[in-house]
Amino acid sequence: MKLLLKGGRLIDPASGRDEVLDMLLIDGRIEKMGKPIPTATGMEAIELKGKIIAPGFIDMHVHLREPGFEYKETILTGCTSAAAGGFTAVCCMPNTNPAIDDESVVRFIQSKAKAALNGLVDVHPVAAVTKGRKGEHLAPMAELAEAGAVAFTDDGDPVHDAEIMRRALEYAAMFNKPIIQHAQDLPMTKGGVMNEGLASTELGLAGMPSIAEDVMVARDISLAEYTGTQYHVAHMSTAGATELVRKAKARGLRVSSEVTPHHFTLTDDAVRTFDTNTKMNPPLRTREDIESILKGLQDGTIDVIATDHAPHSYDEKQVEFPVAPFGIVGLETAIGLSVTELVNKGILSVNQLIEKFSVNPRRILHLPTIKIAEGEMANLTIFDPLVEWVVDPTAFKSRSKNSPFGGVKLRGRSVGVINNGQVYWS
Amino acid sequence: MSKADIQLILDTAMSFREVLERPIKKVPPLTGKTIANMFFENSTRTRFSFELAERRLSADVLGFQSSSTSVSKGETLKDTARNIEAMKVDMVVMRHSASGAPHYLSQVINANVINAGDGSHEHPTQALLDMYTIREKFGKLEGLHVGIVGDIAHSRVARSNIYGLKTMGAKISVCGPATLIPKEIEQLGVEVYHHIDDLLPQVDVLNVLRIQLERDAGRLFPSIREYHNYYGITRQRLDRAKRAVTIMHPGPINRDVEISADVADSEHSLILQQVLNGVAIRMAVLYLLATRN
Repeated sequence: MKLLLKGGRLIDPASGRDEVLDMLLIDGRIEKMGKPIPTATGMEAIELKGKIIAPGFIDMHVHLREPGFEYKETILTGCTSAAAGGFTAVCCMPNTNPAIDDESVVRFIQSKAKAALNGLVDVHPVAAVTKGRKGEHLAPMAELAEAGAVAFTDDGDPVHDAEIMRRALEYAAMFNKPIIQHAQDLPMTKGGVMNEGLASTELGLAGMPSIAEDVMVARDISLAEYTGTQYHVAHMSTAGATELVRKAKARGLRVSSEVTPHHFTLTDDAVRTFDTNTKMNPPLRTREDIESILKGLQDGTIDVIATDHAPHSYDEKQVEFPVAPFGIVGLETAIGLSVTELVNKGILSVNQLIEKFSVNPRRILHLPTIKIAEGEMANLTIFDPLVEWVVDPTAFKSRSKNSPFGGVKLRGRSVGVINNGQVYWS
Repeated sequence: MSKADIQLILDTAMSFREVLERPIKKVPPLTGKTIANMFFENSTRTRFSFELAERRLSADVLGFQSSSTSVSKGETLKDTARNIEAMKVDMVVMRHSASGAPHYLSQVINANVINAGDGSHEHPTQALLDMYTIREKFGKLEGLHVGIVGDIAHSRVARSNIYGLKTMGAKISVCGPATLIPKEIEQLGVEVYHHIDDLLPQVDVLNVLRIQLERDAGRLFPSIREYHNYYGITRQRLDRAKRAVTIMHPGPINRDVEISADVADSEHSLILQQVLNGVAIRMAVLYLLATRN
């Protein structure tokens, strides 16, 4: 199949290229790129004037829910949601049932992912640090890494025991895999359902203080320094944690971090509606936290934008706020929220946005750099940075529709993705 | 709720308060209306108060009390309420352990929903009856200084009283151990005290909250004994304050824990007056809601 991409603006931070060009793909391989290429018979030509062609985006924090919770999401629906949202790769979290704590589960996910959309979306499993994610015994990390796990986390359940965390960091260092932590001191957040602050005080909802995240990040940074291992803070949400990571980086430690679009868009004031789609963990924080996060995105303290895509069924969220599960779907609003909140407001350049969605997460996970050059297989995200659209969760490709952004007008949306010889137009 | 709304409810309650003094304590405005009392938490006072108010307004009344949450019961709150509504119920009065549960319910059913206490969030009719009782005694709310002492963090009574009394122009101070004062409450325009003896000489009214004996035993405050010694409202303490402080309590009372028996039963106590006024306030709320439009 011959596909001619006409007049798109290629922005490739890896090669430093930023130019309007034509690109001819044959069976997913870049045949020619550069000056205008005339359309010939047998070519499908796509006009991409005003659109941006970037190295494929990866969402390094996604809950695909399979195996175990297929009523929320499957590998197929999750990959479709990723493709529709502009991602050519995702990392799937291990809080499945069974957990990703055995190589058989890694292989199961890989085989399902290969079959989904003919393998358009690369699915990289993130395996559990401990067996059953219980925080007690180390999971077979060497085997899991060999099978293809790109990192380790007990996401959702932080590794609470400092001794286990220390040993996990030491062990993971042998095969150069990062440990990702959902950083939270558990006794401090027990029973909590939202950020602790004025809003929780007024709403009478149990709070999760920001300090619970800060103390865990502080401890983990000490452990990462002691062991010399690579450590990554998942969905960082507080000003305090951002400052800790900033200082750790300044000291040259192997520490990185990610933030979700909802944590830089919404504050805990959104919870005042008691809408269960504003309930997430870590919780929505305050304006001061957002200001700090935006600064962290600008100065590189925060390397990555990841969505923490957390599908839950309609009925699970149709309950009283305190009993609803945490989390929202994120894949299909990530680009829109990021362009609207970051690029349009002058926080990040488009170039920096692409680094946070593609270059940096791949570097942290030690995945090969995407090469956009003649002869290479195309791994591309194409998005429109100007288009305005209104979020309609019922139209999501994800099996679940739990989003607080329904009816919100955003600017910027994926046009399509190309990877592994497959094409998906949104 | 606006000042005018609160004023209207308090004024309307006055006429129902008069009804309660009649030999025949029943009036017809809610004839033909059906009200379901859904109490997902144990309650005697509030449940009886609502039920009496409903019956005295001639409504048809049904209800249940269940200490189990909807989730552990196996049926969702939404389903329970929708089934009850399908039987053509006009109003639902709900007590629930989850903050925000009535707000959620009002979005999924058409019947009017009255909040009879939701989690640590609000207990609006309690605040209204407290305001009614204070106004009855002092003839006004504006300019009074009302103290609230106890577990402010987990108290829906405290929150509703703060919102209501602030709206009506009273000054509010809260008092309790630092571990029972919620974050940033000063931003609601209240003063925070940790030593009850500093507060007592300043207030006109002291609303004493029930201390939950079982509350995270030992994690938020060391013991009932220590709480009583430092925050318990005793005759001695009041005498020391040299001020005739009016004492209120939303009940149920833990005698000699947050309040000593001689204070609870003293001439300064309005506790039983609150209970009586509660019926009138609930009649007013039900009446105004049923007859608007």
